[in-house]
Amino acid sequence: MTAIILLILPFLGALLTLLLSNKITKQIALGASILTFLYSIYTYFHFVQGSAAGLIFSTPWLEVPNISFSLEIDGLSLLMLLLTNILTPIIILSGAGSTQKNIKALYTLILVMQGALNGVFMAADALIFYIFWEMVLIPIYFIAALWGTDYSREITFKFFVYALVGSLFMLISVIVLTLVAGSSSVHDIHSLSLTNWSQTLIFFGFFLAFAIKIPIVPLHTWQADTYTAAPTQGTMLLSSLMLKMGLYGFIRWLLPVVPFAIAQYTPIIITLGVIGVVYGAWIAIQQNNFKRLLAYSSLGHVGLIVAGIFTITSMGLIGASVQMIAHGVNVVGLFFAAEIVLRRTGTIDISALGGIREKAPWFSTYLFILVLAGLSLPLTNAFVGEFMLLFSVWQYNAALAVLAGTTVILAAVYLLRMFQRTLLGNSNTVTQEFHDLTLSEHLTFIPIIFMVLFFGVYPMPIIRLVEPVINQIIQLASI
Amino acid sequence: MAAESLYTAIIGLPLLGFLIIGFLKNKISDNIAGILASTMVLIPFLIVSSVFFSLVNGGSAIHYYLLNWFTVGHYSVDYGIQLDRLSVVMSLFITGVGFLIHLYSVSYMKGDKNFSTYFSYLNLFIFFMLVLVLSDNYLGMYIGWEGVGLCSYFLIGFWYKNNEYSNAGKKAFVMNRVGDLGFMVGMFYVFYYTGSLEFVKVEQAIGMGAMTPIVLMIAASMLFVGATGKSAQIPLFTWLPDAMAGPTPVSALIHAATMVTAGIYMVIRSNFLYSLAPEVLNVVGIIGVASALYAAIVGMTQNDIKKVLAYSTVSQLGLMFLALGVGAYVTALFHVLTHAFFKALLFLGAGSVMHAVGGEQDIRKMGGLRKYMPITFATFLIASLAISGIPPFSGFFSKDEILAQAFQQNTLLWVLGLVASMMTAFYMFRLVFLTFYGDYRGNDDSKQKIHESPKLMTIPLVVLAILATVAGTLGLPHVLNMPHLLNDFLSPILASSARPQGHLEASTEFMLMGIATGGALVSIAIAYMMYISKKRVPDEDANYSGLTKVAYHKFYIDELYNAVIVRPMQWCSEFFHKVIDKVVVDGIVNMTGKASLLASDIVRTSQTGYTAFYILAMVLSACFILGYFFIGS
Repeated sequence: MTAIILLILPFLGALLTLLLSNKITKQIALGASILTFLYSIYTYFHFVQGSAAGLIFSTPWLEVPNISFSLEIDGLSLLMLLLTNILTPIIILSGAGSTQKNIKALYTLILVMQGALNGVFMAADALIFYIFWEMVLIPIYFIAALWGTDYSREITFKFFVYALVGSLFMLISVIVLTLVAGSSSVHDIHSLSLTNWSQTLIFFGFFLAFAIKIPIVPLHTWQADTYTAAPTQGTMLLSSLMLKMGLYGFIRWLLPVVPFAIAQYTPIIITLGVIGVVYGAWIAIQQNNFKRLLAYSSLGHVGLIVAGIFTITSMGLIGASVQMIAHGVNVVGLFFAAEIVLRRTGTIDISALGGIREKAPWFSTYLFILVLAGLSLPLTNAFVGEFMLLFSVWQYNAALAVLAGTTVILAAVYLLRMFQRTLLGNSNTVTQEFHDLTLSEHLTFIPIIFMVLFFGVYPMPIIRLVEPVINQIIQLASI
Repeated sequence: MAAESLYTAIIGLPLLGFLIIGFLKNKISDNIAGILASTMVLIPFLIVSSVFFSLVNGGSAIHYYLLNWFTVGHYSVDYGIQLDRLSVVMSLFITGVGFLIHLYSVSYMKGDKNFSTYFSYLNLFIFFMLVLVLSDNYLGMYIGWEGVGLCSYFLIGFWYKNNEYSNAGKKAFVMNRVGDLGFMVGMFYVFYYTGSLEFVKVEQAIGMGAMTPIVLMIAASMLFVGATGKSAQIPLFTWLPDAMAGPTPVSALIHAATMVTAGIYMVIRSNFLYSLAPEVLNVVGIIGVASALYAAIVGMTQNDIKKVLAYSTVSQLGLMFLALGVGAYVTALFHVLTHAFFKALLFLGAGSVMHAVGGEQDIRKMGGLRKYMPITFATFLIASLAISGIPPFSGFFSKDEILAQAFQQNTLLWVLGLVASMMTAFYMFRLVFLTFYGDYRGNDDSKQKIHESPKLMTIPLVVLAILATVAGTLGLPHVLNMPHLLNDFLSPILASSARPQGHLEASTEFMLMGIATGGALVSIAIAYMMYISKKRVPDEDANYSGLTKVAYHKFYIDELYNAVIVRPMQWCSEFFHKVIDKVVVDGIVNMTGKASLLASDIVRTSQTGYTAFYILAMVLSACFILGYFFIGS
């Protein structure tokens, strides 16, 4: 039942939001998402106590080929569920102070997306995975297109086409897998031994879909524009949660399924990941648009996660898990900071800002802690993951690790530049009236800052949660 | 357990101080913030002292774990605290000098708008510095290493409304990060080959041959790259002179006495690694002596009182690396200690001077101050004598030991080290004479206001002056037939890797001392002739020419870095963004898109925005394909 409840709660919330009065839309949405969050915490405590009840749900759909609606929660799924369900309420809360049109539809879509994401992370059947994967795309497309800036439709369209192309290839892979295995269950697929040729085919289908979502260079050109044009809540959903589907997909649906093809393409993918690290950071250096800067920074951070995953070592994969959480939490915080700047000043051009530190000490403190996390300073959540990822890449190839390690330097360049231009110096006409945080803004930041520091000091809960799954996957992937 | 919480308090209290002052800064008065911050350093000092005395009396080192940080497979890192002889000596002067500088700051920063913020940063710095030296493993050391860099960033740009200052802070941070990358890669080698980052275990593993010579060499060099960043050595030193933008007590604490010596501490801590990589040690020595010379040359031409001291710091750190390079770990630490006293004193003295002359830093506009501020003058003079290596002040002993050790290894290193220390004596007394002797060269208005600093500032000066005078007794030269206290204290933990060093013959040792002291006296005499007898005052900046101009402009290293690294990086960034990203990659994507769009009739509909149709089409076609397969099978 647990799995089903986690899936259904957000959809029920969406329904309620849609049906009840406009005046309490935000409260209903927040309440529903918090309920799901509390239930996932409850699930977590059950899980770590070793109770497996309700973690698997399966009901047959078709017999030949054997397709069933099956959901399963293991440590990795649970980690992603926790991330989704802690961030969704924060993202919903971040909209408390904004004035948007048609909020009923907006918040319904956010909750639908949460439900679909939960589905993606629990799906134990390739076809179910695919369906939820597509289901995520629809709400986020509308959120980005309809609530974004004036030109966001055109931009979002590009993102949509990109994503659809990827999905179509994935669908082909799913179908081929199902036909060969006679079943689309994750277990049957994992135990398949495929010919090298079909592995390559399946690999490309999945890879394209995942790589676009993440995105991996050179499939990233939708990203910066979409992040910038989308409403901030949409950007948060895209960057913190949607892109994790791709990374999760790699770990769950690619590594264990096509080990031969993986072995073949590992060098290229790790190299692409590392290129992304340098490329993203390098471009971020000169960006003046706050959100665009964060988009390129994210491109870099995620590139390193990809590289780590494809080392297929426990250091790399666990580092990736730790870093997925850190990245998800931190980008929400950073984009929220951008949103606050936008609300107060009407611009996110950092070259027009300055002097905010004096006007808004709390805001500045929070932003600075997030900047520190962006710099992967030890004792912030991003450090341990980055250390593990770089260490795993180093074991693969020392030169690539040094190249990727330049992110340590470049991140300092662009983040401190952003920090200085935004907060330091003297205030000007744009920032003259900048007031400090409201209660709801504080409440949005506090859990984020808490997670930044907590997992920085003590990442072991994450590691313990995923380690058994990761070890299984490595075993499957190294045949 | 109770004892352990007492030791944890050493790092816990400064952190607590930071948190309390940070959270309550608007609610507590400046005085309370100052007193609280100082207390949070004084108590750890007392605890460390008690540990120190127990170690002196033969007590054993303390080592315990607080928490497992992370474990992946057989790779594991704990938060562990190690109070052994080395870390206790370091902590002792960090908390001791730190406390004095806190006291001094209470008076120096009086009236600053962000007074309590300043003290919270100072406490945070002490916390990270103690983490750096007390951690029992490299990654823990790295926490402190990054943390002190962060505090340095805060404090350099403390007056954050000034963009120049913020830039200086950023430069320091970024340049340090270059070194940090080296440090991190060094850790990877250690972690992978020895399976641990804990000093004790790494030492054991290396002892059992876990690392081949070539791996040792790479690991040691990578870690040393980190040291060049933090300790401002060639090629990563240009941030330190700029770092003088911060408040002067910060320069004394962070950019002279403590943080910048972290690189030396790290090498001493890794002595088991470096001693097995003699090639790397040679490089360390060469970098050290080159930095010492370079900075001394530049220091002779600077006219900003803090800049002179900053270059002097680079130069002195260079001498410490020279000591490390010849395998004389204790000697390096000895100089770290004496330098902490006299250089902190010099900076605090400079702060006292600036306080008196209304913030002026240009020594061309000073002069004759000794009449107005006798305590500052006397203590500054003592520090100058110490750094110049005049007996019996502390600097004489530590510097003499470095030169003697260098002499045993390589005469050329000794000559270069000697030249650097002669230049030191020259620029220090150039500074003393221009600042304190002759007539006051500032305007009359500011002359009226010159005054000796308040007690809270002069007391730390006096205490440091006493320390700078007597600290030499910690390491008396062998010829005097007296015990070398520091060596005796530290030898148990360095025994395994200390180079067996024959002592020089007594006559040789006396000769070396004589040459060094004579050289320093000659330099002082030259400075005297130039700046007192001939009453010379350095020219206006524009009038420099030839070599002086080159040296005055620091050999144009900053300009070089800008031209070779910074600007090309910005161009590349623009190029990547505007050409590669927007035109090439996106162009290909768009072309692919357009080609496929043209091929289909749906195009026109979808382009006008009926995206819903797309979704429908997709879902339908998916169902169709699925249905086809199911029915087909």
